[in-house]
Amino acid sequence: MSIEVRNLSKRFNGFQAVKDTNLKLESGSLTALLGPSGSGKSTLLRMIAGLEVPDTGAIHLTGREATHVSAKERNVGFVFQHYALFKHMTVFENIAFGLRVRKQKESEILERVYELLSLIQLTGYDKRFPAQLSGGQRQRVAVARALAPRPEVLLLDEPFGALDAKVREELREWILKLHEESHVTTLFVTHDQQEALEVASRILIMNHGAIEQDGTPIEIFDKPASHFIAQFVGETNYIDTEVSEKGLAVWGPFRFPVNPTLPLKQKIRIYFRPNDVYMTAQFETLQVRARIAKARFKGTIIEYKLDIGEDKHISAQIPKGVALASGFKDGQEVYAAITAFHVFPIES
Amino acid sequence: MSNENQEVIINPRQSGYDPTRALTEPPMVRFILIALSLLFLGLFLFVPLAVVFATALEKGIQAYGEAVLERDALSAIRLTLLTTFISVVLNTLFGVASAWAITRFQFPGKNILITLIDLPFTVSPVVSGLVFVLLFGLQGYFGHWLADHNLKVIFATPGIVLATVFITFPFISRELIPLMQEQGPEEEEAGMVLGASGWQIFWKVTLPNIKWGLLYGIILCNARAMGEFGAVSVVSGHIRGLTNTMPLHVEILYNEYNFTAAFAVASLLAFLALLTLVAKAFIETHAQDEKIALPPAHEQSRTP
Amino acid sequence: MKLKSTGVLPGFGLTMGFTVTYLCLIVLIPLGALILKATSLSWGQFLDTVTSPRVLASYRLSFGAAFIGALINSIFGFMVAWVLVRYEFPGKRLVDAMVDLPFALPTAVAGIALTALYTTNGWLGRWLEPLGIHVAFTPLGVIVAVTFIGLPFVVRTLQPVLESLDPEMEKAAVSLGANRWYTLSRVVFPSLVPAWITGFSLAFARAVGEYGSVIFISGNMPMKTEIAPLLIITKLEQYDYAGATAIAVVMLVVSFFLLLGVNWLQARTGRHRAT
Repeated sequence: MSIEVRNLSKRFNGFQAVKDTNLKLESGSLTALLGPSGSGKSTLLRMIAGLEVPDTGAIHLTGREATHVSAKERNVGFVFQHYALFKHMTVFENIAFGLRVRKQKESEILERVYELLSLIQLTGYDKRFPAQLSGGQRQRVAVARALAPRPEVLLLDEPFGALDAKVREELREWILKLHEESHVTTLFVTHDQQEALEVASRILIMNHGAIEQDGTPIEIFDKPASHFIAQFVGETNYIDTEVSEKGLAVWGPFRFPVNPTLPLKQKIRIYFRPNDVYMTAQFETLQVRARIAKARFKGTIIEYKLDIGEDKHISAQIPKGVALASGFKDGQEVYAAITAFHVFPIES
Repeated sequence: MSNENQEVIINPRQSGYDPTRALTEPPMVRFILIALSLLFLGLFLFVPLAVVFATALEKGIQAYGEAVLERDALSAIRLTLLTTFISVVLNTLFGVASAWAITRFQFPGKNILITLIDLPFTVSPVVSGLVFVLLFGLQGYFGHWLADHNLKVIFATPGIVLATVFITFPFISRELIPLMQEQGPEEEEAGMVLGASGWQIFWKVTLPNIKWGLLYGIILCNARAMGEFGAVSVVSGHIRGLTNTMPLHVEILYNEYNFTAAFAVASLLAFLALLTLVAKAFIETHAQDEKIALPPAHEQSRTP
Repeated sequence: MKLKSTGVLPGFGLTMGFTVTYLCLIVLIPLGALILKATSLSWGQFLDTVTSPRVLASYRLSFGAAFIGALINSIFGFMVAWVLVRYEFPGKRLVDAMVDLPFALPTAVAGIALTALYTTNGWLGRWLEPLGIHVAFTPLGVIVAVTFIGLPFVVRTLQPVLESLDPEMEKAAVSLGANRWYTLSRVVFPSLVPAWITGFSLAFARAVGEYGSVIFISGNMPMKTEIAPLLIITKLEQYDYAGATAIAVVMLVVSFFLLLGVNWLQARTGRHRAT
């Protein structure tokens, strides 16, 4: 285990930022800590780095108890959201900082810095100052600076948060490649689910100071563990209804098989993704009749708002090619079925 | 100006209406305002400054030299330099320490502490001197004890230093607190995660970041310490050659109707004031280049 | 309450310890002595001192001159700030830098320079005296001195606000058909009011306590041109610590309440603008 956190809690002026959180990260893993702002993910990350002191709980880094070890001694690499590069130092001096304070030999420093400069594809930028770099370049220098003293774990706080969409895309691929080459245990905080799903091999989802789900990107996407995750990850429809018969719920013309252990009249919320709505022009089996109320072009897909009667609507997403071939038009009558859904009871 | 023309929607009913003219004053008004401002500043700033140098040199360069190099003048210069040096060093240490504690940590009572640091700004210079007389004067709280031990604070150098330190107490702190607040702790945290010790962080990360602000504070503190009159006048006792600072020496010479000598010593102080303004402008330009927001000088005298 | 930091950077104990110790030694204990002394005065003693005609006259002069000086500065300071921000003219940078002169120039130097200017034979006095305007050794001289001392405050508080005013606001007013004067009085000036009040109060507070630049030009005649800080010194020279303390306390209290009032006024105008 590279990082192990047990029952960690932290309060700020009466606000419970992190509560009773546990996690274990294996050596060499690449994990995302995903959550909305204020969910406590940055606080958790900063506690692991030693930049916040937990109120209770324990932190172990590579098997050693580190809860009360100063950030200076933890040997973690940390990349700040706004880079926190030393403004008055050149790129070279920024990367060399962690080596210089460890009193390493000048020749070793030189070698390591140039090695890292080529790794971040900024060879020849060593004499520039941070102000002379673009946002993406600064972020790469920040990563190199964190990696220079060969940390056991690398922590990144919203590493791409301040960059524009195109640069983020590039840096995602770059960080994946970097991780493959360096194999340092990496944990990064993000509020961007796309980033987490694409980059990480494992995702921890935080909400209200606690980890609500821990799984692979596919598990997170296909088997949400809570209301919050069903809504937070990916686009979704949701409808509120109740269990009408043992093992069955009805909403408009749709009938949903539900867990037979749910009691009758139990209020439930059913989530289903727009691309799990199977929509055709001709009736096939088990479909209900609907009318296209409005189509929205979204690039590679087209989203349809479907009127299914009784003033009820759902949205369906169809790949653009399929939609064009089917010739769907506003107002047209179509047939729809829901192929995958998740049911969560609503606590009253 | 064509840019502005495009952005402004012209009301078509008002033919011949020039929007750029409505965005500034008529040339005549502008001219009058500039002239009045310059007249006001000339009368209150330039003319008094000119009169100092003119009077100082009235009786020739030799009289000037004699006045400045006279024994009592030299000892006043020495005392002023000593007092200023001690005040600047102490208040620099205090400024850095207080800014570090206040901007890098959370603790209860922080706002009260900031208010207390500002206190000396709200106190009249004469009252600043008075408080030390109340403590250490002959009839002060520690007066007897000091007399018994043959120690002298009031009417001696320690009193002058204390009063000056009091007067210039908040200068550097006031400069650094907003600056370090704005810069935030991230660079220091980065240094710490990279394995730097507290002193390494301070010398390699913090100090280079605050150097212009610190220098700015030091220069303002220095100017005030050098020129302080009211507070020092209360505690000094005006003993020639012993407890006279330069401003007090100016006063004595002036009251003796030795105008040339008074203005000669005053011209030294005025020259230092001009140097201060030049250094200030220089630092402001540099800080602006590095996009550092220095709190303006008047903040230095702001009352809470 | 236990003083506990929540930061992880090193040095809290050292810097906080030094800060609090130094603050106590230099500021709190000395000011505490003033309060202690004031509480040791009997009420009658205190009233006798602060209501004696000579002391009352000195308060009138100190506060009155400070008020008039701050008023002059708020008018001319506004003009100077406006000219420095909005217009271009040769020597502007020099003029801008010179505005801070009263901060940098020792007050005693300012005092003797102003006195030399306005005496009968002075560069300005020789023109003013024949017109019957006596400045040196009159209350007018005190006003001149505190005007000099307070000059930078209004300029330097207004300048950044003027610079940060959104020019779009004025363009918008013009596009709606407002003329220049209407734009200024309805759009520009109201947003300057809080800074203006701040500048006025800073200049005023500074002027009330001012000593060095005033005593030379005032002439220090009891009942006529004697300022309150000078009376404190006079009392001290007679070893009348109690009397000196009483006058100082009244000055502190009055300035404190005036500033409190100004802050209140400012909060009110600020709120008005926000709604």
